[in-house]
Amino acid sequence: MAYLDNAATTPMYPEAVAAMAGLLADPGNPSSLHASGRKARRVVEESREKVARALGARPAEIVFTAGGTEANNIAIKGIAWNQRENDARRNRILVSSVEHHAIVDPVEWLRQSDGFTVTWIEADAKGVVTAQALRNAIGTNPEDVALVSVMMANNEVGSINDIASLTAVTREFGIRFHTDAVQAPSWIDVNFAELGVCAMTVSAHKVGGPHGVGALVISRDCSVTPLIHGGGQERDVRSGTLDTPAIVGFATGIEIAVGQRDENVARVKALRDDLVSRVMTLVPDAIFNGSIENRLVNNAHFSFPGCLGDSLLMLLDAKGVECSVGSACNAGVPQPSHVLIAMGADPELARCTLRFSLGHSSTKSDVDALIAALPEAIERAKRAGVPKPLLEVGVR
Amino acid sequence: MKVLAALSGGVDSAVAAARAVDAGHDVTAVHLALSRNPQSHRTGARGCCTIEDSNDAFRAADMLGAPFYVWDLSAEFQEKVIDDFISEYAAGRTPNPCLRCNESIKFEALLDRAMALGFDAVCTGHYAQVFQGPNGTELHRAIDPDKDQSYVLGVLTSEQISHSMFPLGNSTKTEVRAEAEARGILVAQKPDSHDICFIPDGDTAGWLARQIETSPGDVIDAETGNKVGTHKGAQSFTVGQRRGLALGNPTGDGERRYVVDVDVSQNLVMIGPPTLLEIDIIEAIKPRWGGPLPVNGQAVHVQIRAHGDALPATVHVADELVTITLAESLRGVASGQAAVLYDGTRVIGSATISRSRRSASV
Repeated sequence: MAYLDNAATTPMYPEAVAAMAGLLADPGNPSSLHASGRKARRVVEESREKVARALGARPAEIVFTAGGTEANNIAIKGIAWNQRENDARRNRILVSSVEHHAIVDPVEWLRQSDGFTVTWIEADAKGVVTAQALRNAIGTNPEDVALVSVMMANNEVGSINDIASLTAVTREFGIRFHTDAVQAPSWIDVNFAELGVCAMTVSAHKVGGPHGVGALVISRDCSVTPLIHGGGQERDVRSGTLDTPAIVGFATGIEIAVGQRDENVARVKALRDDLVSRVMTLVPDAIFNGSIENRLVNNAHFSFPGCLGDSLLMLLDAKGVECSVGSACNAGVPQPSHVLIAMGADPELARCTLRFSLGHSSTKSDVDALIAALPEAIERAKRAGVPKPLLEVGVR
Repeated sequence: MKVLAALSGGVDSAVAAARAVDAGHDVTAVHLALSRNPQSHRTGARGCCTIEDSNDAFRAADMLGAPFYVWDLSAEFQEKVIDDFISEYAAGRTPNPCLRCNESIKFEALLDRAMALGFDAVCTGHYAQVFQGPNGTELHRAIDPDKDQSYVLGVLTSEQISHSMFPLGNSTKTEVRAEAEARGILVAQKPDSHDICFIPDGDTAGWLARQIETSPGDVIDAETGNKVGTHKGAQSFTVGQRRGLALGNPTGDGERRYVVDVDVSQNLVMIGPPTLLEIDIIEAIKPRWGGPLPVNGQAVHVQIRAHGDALPATVHVADELVTITLAESLRGVASGQAAVLYDGTRVIGSATISRSRRSASV
């Protein structure tokens, strides 16, 4: 099997598995006051320190959540609500047009159900948000902006945004800034303090940790209205008993991912570049989407004209090559990528995509398996053709 | 063979796929997403393509060890089935959408794509049988007369039949349910789906009224030519219909009145006594043949409704026009329905009813 879908989830590091497994049978609730509780609390706090260190943040800034989607919901809704409570004019949310659905959908919900307005920040043809695009979106009325959210690295095409250059703009106007950094920590330096954001989302299963745990990193001066009320755990921002084993798995994973980053980046970039050049040689009419330089080193994303991404995925899967069409699914149906549409791609080509994403466990044999299976898959998918596109495309 | 099994999330298609696996085929499963806005859950026996159905299909495929994918054919379904259904009704005809779906979605869009992707056949949970006959592959009725679905498969060409597998045709529904239970297929007790899948509340007239612009018109007595009432829109009426006429002034003789003709172009609904509904000649167009064409004058059986009787008849084919002469007259045949011709249990072919009339002998 050749696993080329690390952007969806990446294998856990064995050390993270071992750290988790060692705690699964322990009884302690980190909120309990007895010895078992204190032991669990110590594990949580040590993990919090490790996660903070890996992200250039203070331990007190780490709020553990049940994953990236939850962290994004807390950030988007919690900050927007808080801002509007303090100043009723702050009723507008600015988000980039290439965000993950875990940002797009909460924002759409606030627009449809809670009276907020939304301004979509344009991305360029490479999927990048520039400071000028952000300025354009802020426009002449910065006082009504509750929150800006721009992802650090795109989950589909891997484009990297210069977040510090964007927070330099929002700082001029005192606007809150959140970034979804879920795809980033394994591949680029993520330093919360230097980014100038007030909140940042990370997820364990993208950094060699388990599913079902993540964190929202929130600066001390950023108030958040909680979504989940209960026992007041996690700074009263996110109630709920802490999942000690998952948290230690998360901390172990991110510590290794960040510690081995330079080494992994060099190795995986060479594999990725080899993959791209061999695919382009095999399929000369393939279109490489996004920028080759300003991109996560583990990501390769193509459009194959005349080949439905769906068909290619199935044909490659049958040969043991696992990848993704790159965009979100609705009940298992891949939707045309709103990211590619926002980048100005032809709507038909936005359905002819495949994303190959490498990870810390990827090897040359994974790339070889893809290259061996691709020609027949392309030929058959071309024969099957591309049915008429759906009428509605994009997030708006 | 490499077989693509279409799984609806129901019992029949799951057991059909299981039998294909047992027969030694290399089975891949797909669920067809036909709705643009799938509901989360199924309500009762109606509707289709909910996320729950898709999940049930996934679980069934997984139990069989078959890879599972969802194929989005919603654009094709909208155009070829739903839009066709609306335009047929708007033209005053009564279409059968299940037939259209088999013709253009399951055994065209799906089968074509399957063949291009390297599959040899498509397997579904329809109740029908495929045999090798002297003139090639033949489509036959299922052994369970209550479940037989050869009528809605009557549109398949011999080429399509030769790439189709219907593993349930030699079983009764009771046997299939028992087999699903025995195999541990979780949807064994799921209710059968029926009616029109894209009209989940079952109110076809109400649904059509929202799709087709109608205007009030006259109800005419077909025998006298007199106006006897008004209607809300001719498209809502079907030949043979008695209910819903809402005639304020019933006829003097107390005899029941039926819709005997619908003229959409003039927005007229013609009514008359049941004798006016009696026809013995059916003309049908756009024939599709599941094997060799019948010889003119051949004695056949014709079925004109999904669960109707097989009626003895003779058939004449002249290019695209199929003329069917019934041995006994029949009441209330609506244009747009399919006439499926049988030679014993074998499906000869089907055609769309364009007109029905009375011969001099009636």
